Amino acid sequence: MRPLTTVTAVAVPLLRDNIDTDAIIPSREMRTTGRSGLADGLFAGWRYQGGEGRQPNPEFVLNQPRFAGAQILLAGQNFGCGSSREHAVWALAEFGFRAVLAQSFAPIFYRNCIRNGMLPAVLGGAALAQIAATVEANPVSEQISIEVASGTISLPDGRQWHFELEAAAKTMLMEGLDEIDLTLKLRSAIEAFATRDRVERPWIYLEDL
Amino acid sequence: MTPPRTLFAKIWERHRITDLPGGMTLMAIDRIFLHERTGAVALRGLQAAGRGVADPARAFCVMDHIVDTRPGRGDQTLMPGGQAFITDTRAAAQSTGITLFDVTDPDQGIVHVISPELGIVLPGATLIAPDSHTCTQGALGAFAWGIGSSEAEHALATGTLRVSQPRTMRVSFSGRLGAGVTPKDMAIALIARHGAAGGTGCAVEFAGDAVASLDMEGRMTLCNMAAEFGAMSALIAPDVTTIEYLKGRRYAPPGLLWGRAVKHWRSLVSDPGATFEIEIAMDAGAIEPMVSWGTSPEHSVGIGESIPASAGERALTYMGVHKGRALRGLPINAAFIGSCTNSRLSDLRRAAALLVGRRIAPGITALCVPGSTAVKRAAEAEGLDKVFTAAGFEWRESGCSMCFFAGGERFPAGARVISSTNRNFEGRQGPGIRTHIASPETVAASAIAGAIADPREFVR
Repeated sequence: MRPLTTVTAVAVPLLRDNIDTDAIIPSREMRTTGRSGLADGLFAGWRYQGGEGRQPNPEFVLNQPRFAGAQILLAGQNFGCGSSREHAVWALAEFGFRAVLAQSFAPIFYRNCIRNGMLPAVLGGAALAQIAATVEANPVSEQISIEVASGTISLPDGRQWHFELEAAAKTMLMEGLDEIDLTLKLRSAIEAFATRDRVERPWIYLEDL
Repeated sequence: MTPPRTLFAKIWERHRITDLPGGMTLMAIDRIFLHERTGAVALRGLQAAGRGVADPARAFCVMDHIVDTRPGRGDQTLMPGGQAFITDTRAAAQSTGITLFDVTDPDQGIVHVISPELGIVLPGATLIAPDSHTCTQGALGAFAWGIGSSEAEHALATGTLRVSQPRTMRVSFSGRLGAGVTPKDMAIALIARHGAAGGTGCAVEFAGDAVASLDMEGRMTLCNMAAEFGAMSALIAPDVTTIEYLKGRRYAPPGLLWGRAVKHWRSLVSDPGATFEIEIAMDAGAIEPMVSWGTSPEHSVGIGESIPASAGERALTYMGVHKGRALRGLPINAAFIGSCTNSRLSDLRRAAALLVGRRIAPGITALCVPGSTAVKRAAEAEGLDKVFTAAGFEWRESGCSMCFFAGGERFPAGARVISSTNRNFEGRQGPGIRTHIASPETVAASAIAGAIADPREFVR
């Protein structure tokens, strides 16, 4: 996993509530069984005219040249609700996003972010509105800087906001660790649990039945 | 004396292997279920990293999401490129040794329909699947939740997950549901009142007289919609209804183990005095049949109500409706009965009861897609298939079907669809498709009327 410590980049405002993972990557855009080839389908229903094909909808914010190269997305409440598809995070990452700042996140999407080097930062509605207004006026000069370690978001004029991140999530993002390797090192604790549990709840262990 | 504990706390503590630095807990995972849409990528990721499945006997996989539902199906599917999802998943499942319910298997069906049917999910167990509606299975008193593909890979490789403890919430439904009002309406009413993020990050226990009196299938419908409430999971304490339901199912505890398991399961209740971080009370008797008007499940009202003045422009425009418009009488183009929410035998029976001797309105496209091959067989044995087809519905093989648009089969362009599914998101059933979610009864009644209708007017 690609570590994430700091990012300074153009931000795109998409301050809607309940942006669901079907909107982020429609099912019809999940064309292969791999994790790649998804950037083209990101927000396809909004990004392309009629929601299909590849004719850009000029009104959609990601199609506006002034937001080119954006790596930070600003959203409203309950971002990433709906389907558990990790493809939503993979599509955002492949498009170039490294962070989503929103009022709240759906839990599965949030966890998927942490596991893919994508920062999900929770900010208040007023903070998001201020940041959005600033970048809306001049996205290229008003780039946002994020520092994961201190949980700080800053604008060039010095305004700053703080976000909270669980310590484990912070470590995962900053170190880009392979979680499975870490867990496999706990094998003795896992085996001790299973030995005890097999006696207490034998019906769970189907291979023994 | 031990302090009173919630049902959730009992399951959580039972599965806690160790607390991890940074606030997470390593939890034992008892059952893993995959499907071909998001499971193949997890299995392949595992293989690419040179890892195996820790305990293949406790991992299952089914083909449900993009399989064809037309009669005589095989691996071909209308979704462009869809066949690769089926063949890749099959190959990966076979090489890792997990149990696969393949396209033509007599036990094939939607993951959250077949897992309870086969007794794979059990009270007090932890079950995960890379599918947001995994919370459905909490209806059996399990701690079941949806995850992403990376977490599925972790669970497959280690038999565990790193989990942050969710907040606890109890939603108590008092009273009795009125005639023609269903668990689907209970769920939509809850979401309409408290919002699509009302339960975010919570393990939600559904309780109260109106929940205890539901059959297992109704409980599954209620828990299913917890995903649309933002919840991590839903739980209902196992009781005699749960235990009777599980008895004799294929993967349920056999022989002498059954008695031991039941004894354990009977302890899985929230103790009197146990506290929840959030408590919500709902009066089941006050709930009407519910229908969504907008593009989030929270955009819903009772069938007798109108679209509220607070409705947002974006949702109104997409749905082609306006503030103050009554939902009842809004003309529809299509009707869909199916999905992990409402495709079980009792759902089909209740819809069929309204359709007997009636025809759907001219010009309406109507489909009934049973939730599993076993549901389909049982429905056919009762003659329900003939009721649906005589009324003008298509009768399909089981699968997720048109709950979402995967690029293949679609509703007519611009269609307004009344649907027993769980999501009325923009574009969920296809670009420009306008989805109204409701109970199977409301879908059947609306198909007959050709417009959104109150099912209570069709009961005989």
